[in-house]
This record gives sequence, structure tokens and C-alpha cells, in this order.
Amino acid sequence: MSSKVSFSEAKSQAITFNHVSKVYANGTIALQDMNLAIEDGQFVSLVGASGCGKSTALKLMAGLGQMSEGSITWGEHQPQKELAFVFQEPSLLPWATVMENVRLPLKLVGMSDRESRSPAQEVLHLVGLDKFAQSYPRELSGGMKMRVSIARALVTKPKILLMDEPFGALDEMTRAKLNADVLNLWQQGDEQGSRYTVVFVTHNIYEAVYLSQRVVIMAPRPGRVVGEVAIEAPYPRTEEFRTSRISNEYCREISGRLAAAVAGTEYYDEVHGK
Amino acid sequence: MTKSLPQPTLMPVAETPSSKLVLGTKLWKKLTSIDVMAPLVVGITALIIWELFVRITKMPPFLLPGPMLVIQALIKDWNILFGSLMITVQITLVAFIAAVASGVFISVLFVQSKWIERSFFPYAVILQTTPIVAIAPLIILWIRRIVPEPNTTFAALVVCAWIVAFFPIISNTTLGLNSVDHNLRNVFQLYRASKWQTLIYLQLPAALPYFLGGLKISGGLALIGAVVAEFVAGTGGAKAGLAYQILMASYNLQIPRMFAALLLTTVLGVLIFVSLTALSDFLLKNWHESAIKREN
Repeated sequence: MSSKVSFSEAKSQAITFNHVSKVYANGTIALQDMNLAIEDGQFVSLVGASGCGKSTALKLMAGLGQMSEGSITWGEHQPQKELAFVFQEPSLLPWATVMENVRLPLKLVGMSDRESRSPAQEVLHLVGLDKFAQSYPRELSGGMKMRVSIARALVTKPKILLMDEPFGALDEMTRAKLNADVLNLWQQGDEQGSRYTVVFVTHNIYEAVYLSQRVVIMAPRPGRVVGEVAIEAPYPRTEEFRTSRISNEYCREISGRLAAAVAGTEYYDEVHGK
Repeated sequence: MTKSLPQPTLMPVAETPSSKLVLGTKLWKKLTSIDVMAPLVVGITALIIWELFVRITKMPPFLLPGPMLVIQALIKDWNILFGSLMITVQITLVAFIAAVASGVFISVLFVQSKWIERSFFPYAVILQTTPIVAIAPLIILWIRRIVPEPNTTFAALVVCAWIVAFFPIISNTTLGLNSVDHNLRNVFQLYRASKWQTLIYLQLPAALPYFLGGLKISGGLALIGAVVAEFVAGTGGAKAGLAYQILMASYNLQIPRMFAALLLTTVLGVLIFVSLTALSDFLLKNWHESAIKREN
């Protein structure tokens, strides 16, 4: 049922962590010797409690912060141009309209307003907020603000999407809806139809199981990877999958591994005896 | 063909009808609203009490003139008083604009480097806390070497008013430029924005509410600086401001006229504050908590 994914099936490694560590000035080990290979077009979740280094790993990928040791190698994609990040908070410019917010990344690389209008409109259409192009962030609900943030991330037509607990502040219903939306977007892929590579950080195990192909389990003190579970369920995944027995089994295993890692013991699967 | 996600339900957004007729009614509504009516009622009541008090106690006009007497003096000496009002307005305006321009410029400079800020900020504080009353005559002497007559006094008064007015701008704007939400900073860092882009598209808009707060203070201070400096440094001749009128009227015991000049000064101060507040509300109405109307 569960298996450790082997890194030997390397089609094209989009992102590879090689012995990456991050230690803060005050001695906190945020990340210790992280090794992870993510392939093109994969949907990978990083799961763990606070302080396990998942957000740190994401930020290092995005270039927000320096590694203390190790390196991150990239496949054929250049991180600067083809990477997008969705933060925990929507982080929209409150003084600008939705349209101006979504355009921002294009404006920063020098695109004129005329040129950036159509990509911005496309991406607003993708997240279903066409009618709100001239609204201000204060007029939107939390879920809508998050969608604008996702639209902004997609406007540069990235190949890699990094999402840092984007739905943590939303209610359960909105979160479930946005989960489905993210999966839709991922399956649809970009203009050429190829899927984005998504690295999704969350502390919600159910969300991780629902969304991803692989769930990487991390533990704190020091922050490190302690294991991985491959979710072998086909896409598209429906609401039924979210509450199915299979999904629950995966969740149980992941929780068990998390607890074992924190307690410092080996995980033993009581149900299946392994 | 790209599929889109379902549209969310519309959240109520305030409607703004735009016909001229409705704008007229909007202004009328604003003028008759409680915000304007309440202080107006208080003011009129106070004037009535003042007038009654003066009449009942048969107060001599050189001690405390009643409001009717003050208005009479205002009308009688209107030409002179209006001329002086304009002079004071000019000095205040020029000093204010200079304070805003130099204040913003210096703040932007401060934000470029912590060392620049640390090195020069204390001197801005020193400049602000030096009493204008003491240094105004000195400033006139120095200005006389640079600016030829007949503009010397005008220039000197502008410099005095500028000194008084520019500190709130620097202080508030620097605070605002440094108070950018760190998440927004991360977004700009992520997209590899240049320092210049970060300044224009992030820091300056973020600093706007703080700057406008400083503006409101600075406007009033520019007026006070102009009037106080004139008190001390003196003018005379054609270019006499309101301070001169107040002084002269008090020397000649023309107290109603003195009150009239004082009245003009206070009205000017109120006008400055109200217009800057309106400007602030207008610029922030779409997004800042201070200017948004919420139901809750």
C-alpha cells in the first residue's frame, strides 16, 4: 500500500536538494541535511509540524534566504524566470486593484501596461475572478484574496509553483474548494499542456494526501526529512476520495510516521504488520 | 480551451452614481451632515453667549470686543486685512511646499542607508527644537546677504516657516517608508525588483498614510511659523502679513481690528487643516482604514 519512492526513476529532475542545511545565527537548526529529488510535473507535499523546516525549504528554493550548507540543483528550468511562489498570506498591495496586483510581476520585469493586460485577464479568468478586476483587496473575502495571489503567481507563466500553506487561514469549505481548484489548474497544465511542478507545504495531512502524488514527511528539532509516502490514487481526485478508506489509511500512516519521528522511535504499521 | 473556475458570488460594493445632480445632492448632504452641523451649532451658540456677555457687562471694546464689533472692523478694514491675509497665505504656501519637497527627498535619502539616517536625523531634530522666535532675526540678517530687497523679508519668513514645518514630514515619511509589511517585501524580493522599483511601487505608496498624517501637522505649523517669525522679525511696508496687523492694531489699541486679524489667522488655519484632511481622505478612500466607510 505504501512505498518509499525511489529516486532512481529520474525522468527529468526539476529540483534536487543535495545535503541542504540551514542554521540561523542563534544556533537554531532550521533544516538539516535535506536530500530530495522532485521530478518535472510532480505534485509533492511537504508535511510536518511547526519548525520542521518545510517553509524554510520552500524559501530556499525561491531564493529567499541563504543555505548554510549544500546546494539545490535545477533541471532544465531556470529558477529565476520560471518559478512562482504563493505565500501564506495573500500579500496583495492594498492600494492597487486586483488587476494591478496581478500585473505586478510583469510590471517588475518591464512589461508595459498594454502588454500585460491580456496575460493578466487570462489568469484572472482561470481563477474565476474576471468580474473583480477593478475591485480593491479590501472588498474581497479571504478565499478571493488567495485566488488573486494564485493568479499573480501564475501570470508569469511559471513552470514551478511553490505554495507555502496557502489555505491555512481559510475555513474548511473554502479550503476544500480551493484544493479542488488547485488540482484542476495543475491537471490542466500551462499553455502547452504540460503540468506544473508543484511543491506544496502544509501541516494538514488530509490536504496533503488529497492533493499530492508524494507526501514528504518532516519533523522538527532539528528540521529534517524523515520519510516519504507515495499516494497511489488516480487523478482526477473527487470529494469521495477525500473521505475514502484509502485516503484515511494514508493519513493514518503519515500521522504514525510523524508521531514516531517526533518521539524518536521507529514507525510500526500495526494494521498491516510492517 | 482553458476551463475557468466557477465565479464566486458578488460581495456588496458601494455604488457610486455619477450624474451631476446627484453630486450636488451629495455635497448638500455632506454640508448638512452631523459632522458639519454639530460644530457649527456649538460655534453659533458660543458667539451668541459672547455677544450677550459683552453687552450685559458693558465690557469696554479695548478689553474684549463683542463679535458684532469684530465683524464690523473686519468689513471696515477689509482691504488692508485681506492684503495681509494674502501675504501670509503666500509665505505659508511657499514654506509648506518647500517643506514637503525637502522632507520627502530627505526621507527617501534616509531610507537608502541606515548610516545616513543615523548620522543626520539628530540634526533634523535640533533644527525642529530650536525656537524660531530666537533665531528669526539672525535668519533675516543672513538672508539679506543672499536675497536682494524687496524680497528679503519674504524669503527670511519663508525660511523660518520652512524650518518649523519640515520635521513632521521627515519624521512621518521615514517611519512610513520603513514600515512596509515584510510579506510584501518578500514578494518584491521574489520577483527580483530593483531598489528603485521597490521604492516607487512599494515603499512610497505604503508610506502615503503616514506622509499624509505628517502633512496635516506640517500645514498648521507652516502657518504658525510664518506668523510667529513675522512677529519677531517684523515687516512693514507693502509686504505686511497678518502678524504685523495684529501687532499694529494692539499698539494702537484698535482691539476690534486686532481680533479681526486674529480671526482671519484662525480661519486660515482651519481651512488648511480641513483641505489637507479632505486630500488625505481622497487619496486613501479606496484602501486605508482611516478613510474607508465600513458597516462594520
